[in-house]
Amino acid sequence: MPTFEYAPAPESRDTARLKPSYGIFVDGKFVDGHGAAVKTINPASEEPLAEIAEASAEDVDIAVKAARRAYDRTWSRMPGAERAKYLFRIARAIQERGRELAVLESLDNGKPIKESRDVDIPLAAAHFFYYAGWADKLSYAGFGPDPQPIGVAGQVIPWNFPLLMAAWKIAPALATGNTVVLKPAETTPLTAITLADIIADCDLPPGVVNILPGGPSVGQAIVDHPGVDKIAFTGSTGVGKMIQKSVATSGKRVSLELGGKAANIIYDDAPIDQAVEGIVNGIFFNQGHVCCAGSRLLVQESVYDDVIAALHDRLATLRLGDPLDKNTDIGAINSAAQLARIQELAASGDAEGATRWSPECPLPNKGFWFPPTIFTGVSQANRIAREEIFGPVLSVLSFRTPQEAVDKANNTPYGLSAGVWTEKGSLILWTANRLRAGVVWANTFNRFDPASPFGGYKESGFGREGGRHGLESYLAY
Amino acid sequence: MPTKPTKPTKPTKPTKPTKPAIPAKPAIPAKQPAKKPATKPSAAGSSASGDRVAVRKTYKLYIGGAFPRSESGRSYPVTDRSGAILAHAAQASRKDLRDAVVAARKAFDAWSGATAYNRGQVLYRIAEMLEGRRDQFVAEIQAAEGGTEDAARQQVDAAVDRWVWYAGWADKYAQVVGGSNPVAGPYFNFSLPEPSGVIGVIAPQQSSLLGFVSVVAPALTTGNTVVVIASQDRPLPAVSLSEALATSDLPGGVLNLLTGSVAELAPWLASHRDVNAIDLTGVEPAARIALAQSAADTVKRVFAPLGFDSDAEPGTARLSAFIETKTVWHPIGV
Repeated sequence: MPTFEYAPAPESRDTARLKPSYGIFVDGKFVDGHGAAVKTINPASEEPLAEIAEASAEDVDIAVKAARRAYDRTWSRMPGAERAKYLFRIARAIQERGRELAVLESLDNGKPIKESRDVDIPLAAAHFFYYAGWADKLSYAGFGPDPQPIGVAGQVIPWNFPLLMAAWKIAPALATGNTVVLKPAETTPLTAITLADIIADCDLPPGVVNILPGGPSVGQAIVDHPGVDKIAFTGSTGVGKMIQKSVATSGKRVSLELGGKAANIIYDDAPIDQAVEGIVNGIFFNQGHVCCAGSRLLVQESVYDDVIAALHDRLATLRLGDPLDKNTDIGAINSAAQLARIQELAASGDAEGATRWSPECPLPNKGFWFPPTIFTGVSQANRIAREEIFGPVLSVLSFRTPQEAVDKANNTPYGLSAGVWTEKGSLILWTANRLRAGVVWANTFNRFDPASPFGGYKESGFGREGGRHGLESYLAY
Repeated sequence: MPTKPTKPTKPTKPTKPTKPAIPAKPAIPAKQPAKKPATKPSAAGSSASGDRVAVRKTYKLYIGGAFPRSESGRSYPVTDRSGAILAHAAQASRKDLRDAVVAARKAFDAWSGATAYNRGQVLYRIAEMLEGRRDQFVAEIQAAEGGTEDAARQQVDAAVDRWVWYAGWADKYAQVVGGSNPVAGPYFNFSLPEPSGVIGVIAPQQSSLLGFVSVVAPALTTGNTVVVIASQDRPLPAVSLSEALATSDLPGGVLNLLTGSVAELAPWLASHRDVNAIDLTGVEPAARIALAQSAADTVKRVFAPLGFDSDAEPGTARLSAFIETKTVWHPIGV
C-alpha cells in the first residue's frame, strides 16, 4: 500500500492560554484549595502544564454550603425562563472559546485535536443549548404537572471526556433548578476550571456551580457530605459500587454511569469497509478511553478472515503521535497509571493464549503511548474479553449464528452499549431487541447527541443522561 | 436450618437482617402458639353448621409454575389477629430462593419477549380469574387481617381492578416514555423502555392482597419476572393468589412466591448476582440500609418508597422503577 507522508500540522498551544496555576471555583470566586498543590502534565510529553491548588474536604464543605445558599435563595426560585437564559449564555460562550478549550483539552488529556475540536467541545456546547431549552418546559416533560428540583447535586466525572462530562452533568442539573458541586478528574482539571471561568463570565449567581479539582478523597467528601441531596457519578464500576454503598445509608438519590465491555457484532452480509470504519471508530476513538467502546469484536465465521485482513490494512494507516497535530488519529494514553493497566491486561492476553497484533507504529520517546492492538483467538474466559481495558485494545471473537452472537454479547456483567452491522433490517431489529445494553449502534458506532439518552443496563449503572430522560435524575415528582 | 424460639407467642416483625454469612436471626418461632384455633378460614371449605368435615388447604410456595413445599421441610404457623392458628405456611429457605431466581431468569426471555398486547391479555386474565374467587379472598383477608367484611371486600375489589389497570398499561407505557429522538445528524434514533430483568420484591406487610398485587403487577407489566416474599405474618391470601395465577396463562416462573422470614430471606435476595433490582416496600426502614448496601455489590436498582398507600391511585412510579431505557441508532442514507 502506498504511504502518504503528511507534514506536521500542529495547532498552536498558545491558543490554550495556559496559566501557570489554577485554583478551585467556590461560591463564584476562584481561590486556592486547601488540598495539595498538584502539577497536571501533558501525557504526550510528560511536561508539567500548570499547578493546581486542589480542594480539600474543608473546601467541599464550604462549596456545599454555598451551593445550598444559592439553591435556597436564588436558583430554585428563579423562573425557568431565566435559568434557561444563563444556560444559553454558557452554550454560546463555549462555542466562542471553542478552539481554546479544544487545545487545552488535547494538552491535558492527550486526545487528538480533531476529536476535541470536532466532538468534545461542540457536543459540550450543544448539551448546554439542549438543556437550556428544557428549563422553562419541565411541566411538559412527563414528570407530573409540577416537578421540583432535588437540591444540591454532587457530581464526580472521569478524565476521558473532561469538558463533555462536565457538560453532561451540569447542564441538566441547572436546567431543573438544582445547584452543583462538581469534581473533575485529578489528571484533567483544566477545561473544567476554564468552564468555571466561562460560568463566572456568564454572571451565574455565586454558588450555583462550584468546581473542585482534587483526588479521590475530594470525591469521597462530596459523596459523604450530608448537605448533598443527589450524587451523579461517571467512572469505573468498582468506584460506582462503593458510591452506591455509601449513599445507601443516607437516602441520597444517585445515578451511575459506569464501565462497559461492548460487543460489536459483524454479520456476514455487513458492508465490510463500512464495518471496518465502525470497528476502528468503536475501539480506537479517544485511544479506547471510552466506557462504551466496542472492545469485543464478534465476527461471523464466514467473513472472519476478510474482516481481519481489512482491519489490518486499515490499522496500518492510523497515525499515532502529537495530539495537537490535526492529522493525528491516535493520541497519548492519559496517564502512566492507565498505561500500566493497559499493558498489564494486554500481557494477560498473551499469557492466556490470545494472539497479539499491532501495525508497525513507532512510539514517541516521551509521554504515555500504546499502539493500536488487536487480539485474535480470544476466548470468552480470557480477561481481555471480560475486563474493561479502557485502551486501544480490541479482542476478537467469532460466532456462527445470530443467537450465538447475542449470547456472547450479553455474556458480561456490563450492559452499556453494543454495535450491530448487517444490511438486513429485520436482523438489526432482532439483534437490537435482544442485546442487554443501553445504547445500540446499528451500522454506526460511538455516536452521541444531547437529545439521545445514554446509560447502562446491569452493572454499567442506572439513570440516563441526554434527552428528556436525562431530566429524571434531577427531578422530584 | 434450625430455628430457635425467640418469643413464645407471636411471630415477630421482620427484624434487621443480619449478614448473610451468619445464620439469620430466627424471626419465626418454631413453637406453635399455645392458643387453639377459634375459627377456620372459611375459604378452606368449612361449613358453619353442617356435619361435613372441611378439607383444609396446604399453603405452599410457588416456584417455576409448581407448588413445592420448602426444600428445608420447614413450615411456620400463621395466625389470625387473635393468635388462632390459620395454617402452617411453608418457611422458604435460601435454597428455595435461589431456585426461585433460577426459575425467574429462565422465564425472562419468553415473558419479556412476548408482545405487550399478549402480556396485557394475560394480566387481564388474572383479573378474570380473581373475579370469580372474590368471596374466597374476602374470607382469607378477614382471617389474615381482621377488620370488617366490607373492608376486606373493598380490598379484593381494588386488587382485581388493579390487575385491570396494569393490564391496560402493558401496551401503552412504551409510547408514553419512549419515542424518537431528534439528533443532529443523518440518523434515526429511538428510545424504548425494556424490563430490568429479575426483580426481587418484598411485599407490604399489612395489606395482604392489595398490597401484594400493587407491588408485583407493575413489575410484571413491563416484562420483568419476579421473586416475591409475601407478607410474613399474612401470607395466605398471596398464596391463594398464586393458585389463581397458575390458572391465568401466566407462564410458570414469571412470578415466584416465597413465604417465610423476611429477615432470613431478604439478604439473600439483595445479594443474589442474578437479581437485577429489589423493591424494599415491605421492609421496615431500619432494615433497608443493609439490604441497599448489599444490593450495591451488583449495582442493583433499589426501589424503596418511603410509604405505601395501597389505596392511592397507582400512577406510573412503579412502572418506571424497573425499566431500562434502550436507545438505538441507525444511519439514514441511500
